[in-house]
Amino acid sequence: MYAQMVDTGVKRVKSREEMSPEERDFQDRVDADIKIEAKDWMPESYRRTLIRQISQHAHSEIVGMLPEGNWITRAPSLKRKAILLAKVQDEGGHGLYLYSAAETLGLSREQLIEQLHSGKAKYSSIFNYPSLTWADIGAIGWLVDGAAIMNQVTLQRCSYGPYSRAMIRICKEESFHQRQGYDIMMTLARGAAEQKAMAQDALNRWWWPSLMMFGPSDDQSPHSAQSMQWKIKLYGNDELRQRFVDQTVPQAEYLDLTLPDPDLKWNEERGHYDFGAIDWQEFFHVINGDGPCNRSRLRARVAAHEEGRWVREAAVAYAQKKTAHKRTAA
Amino acid sequence: MAAPAALFEYLVRLGDNCLILGHRLSEWCGHGPVLEEDLALTNVALDLIGQATLWLELAGEIEGRGRTADQLAYLRDAGEFRNLLLVEQPNGHYGETLARQFYFDTWHCGLLQGLSHSQHPRVADIAAKSLKEATYHLERSEEWVVTLGDGTDESHARMQQAINDLWMYTGELFVMDEIEQDLVAEGIAVDLAELREPWLKQVGKTLDEATLTLPQAGWMQQGGKQGVHTENLGFILADMQFLQRAYPNATW
Ligand SMILES: [Fe+2]
Ligand SMILES: [Fe+2]
Repeated sequence: MYAQMVDTGVKRVKSREEMSPEERDFQDRVDADIKIEAKDWMPESYRRTLIRQISQHAHSEIVGMLPEGNWITRAPSLKRKAILLAKVQDEGGHGLYLYSAAETLGLSREQLIEQLHSGKAKYSSIFNYPSLTWADIGAIGWLVDGAAIMNQVTLQRCSYGPYSRAMIRICKEESFHQRQGYDIMMTLARGAAEQKAMAQDALNRWWWPSLMMFGPSDDQSPHSAQSMQWKIKLYGNDELRQRFVDQTVPQAEYLDLTLPDPDLKWNEERGHYDFGAIDWQEFFHVINGDGPCNRSRLRARVAAHEEGRWVREAAVAYAQKKTAHKRTAA
Repeated sequence: MAAPAALFEYLVRLGDNCLILGHRLSEWCGHGPVLEEDLALTNVALDLIGQATLWLELAGEIEGRGRTADQLAYLRDAGEFRNLLLVEQPNGHYGETLARQFYFDTWHCGLLQGLSHSQHPRVADIAAKSLKEATYHLERSEEWVVTLGDGTDESHARMQQAINDLWMYTGELFVMDEIEQDLVAEGIAVDLAELREPWLKQVGKTLDEATLTLPQAGWMQQGGKQGVHTENLGFILADMQFLQRAYPNATW
């Protein structure tokens, strides 16, 4: 998922008695599944947390265009090229919906982007891994979009109206993303030996980072309880991760590819797959800036923004001239 | 009826222009100056790649040797590509990308308009479909040329420089060869020489509105149609064809 560790700024969830009348009223609405809208009263910490969460999500969509964009010019057929272009374009569109949702909470897109570029705002750790072969494009669609969908589907029901509506639009497009990824994997897995090896290699590299997308275990996620009470998080990280594993194992089997986890096995009693320990050391290194691509991803974003500055300024200047012109004409 | 070889050649020219320009535009995806532009430019890239596919598919059919659009796109070397030099020029800064697009779109619309009345029904069909898209592309690039030309001092200077630098690749747009003359005589192709005056007029009008100056007539580069390209095309193909070349006969 695209917002892995969102700080609520709240140390402890307040009991009902500790809440002010406004807070109690707010919580009642959330509990009754009435959507909170931009103009409604909301606790300051709810607003700030949502800005963090939605903007992290938006930044992830935008930074996520880079590893896949990497292969647009090298896509191996005209059809694959067109599909990948459309897919990456969709992600840009998702960023746009989400920036708009975040803007309803009082920050401009320019401010949000500034937070990304200064390193203040985070984005999903997954996009700091490199896309090395064409099979990575398959693995990203299958696993990364797959993991994102797991979370986004639940967020369609979140308490904040604009965020919930953005999620509904996004989810409509996401299943195509996962399908095109799986289709690439399938073609490779059924192709020449080298192609199958390419698919296996991509799976080996993307599997664990995909599991990390769900964020630290629930007992390591101090802010989960508050976010869940606010209904901006609907399920625990571990629960979603488990669902993802259960869904993905048979898909890998169907491809005749092996998941890189010797501890992975069906647990009859639990009715779920058991899987091995996740390397959280790696996760924290990557999310704190030391992944293989953190620097290059951020540099690419900053470069696009800085090199585009004169274009944006010209558009503003031109629009102002036009309105001034209209005014004198009127 | 036209000799298949001539028609094949003509269709490949049409297809290669769209393919190479679409490729260039796709390089911007994820790096645009503002998110909305990133998405809009990607739309243009998608349209052009779609058009390239249609032209090259038809070319393969006409040729009759069983070559698909993919084989034509991915398995020819630079000397066999027939696109105009203009479309293979590097993206440069955003003004350069837009100047290239503006010159091309203006020409492309005129060409497609003519081709939509082609005596060859398949050609007419593809042209009519493409024209709808190209008309929108032209609206967009004209709007941007005016915005950047008449925006800030910096954008004005950059846009004028881009318009000047690419000018020498516009002469080739109107050069006819024997193949085209024969196809024009049969009512299949469009007489490019006839497109020149309206093109100049329309480009001049937009540049005027953009407070930009139409470059002086000067020495023009050419060679794309004969397969003599700039150094750029080799790099484009190295990128584009890498997988097909590294794994011959694989299915993707
Ligand atoms: Fe997305
Ligand atoms: Fe996606």
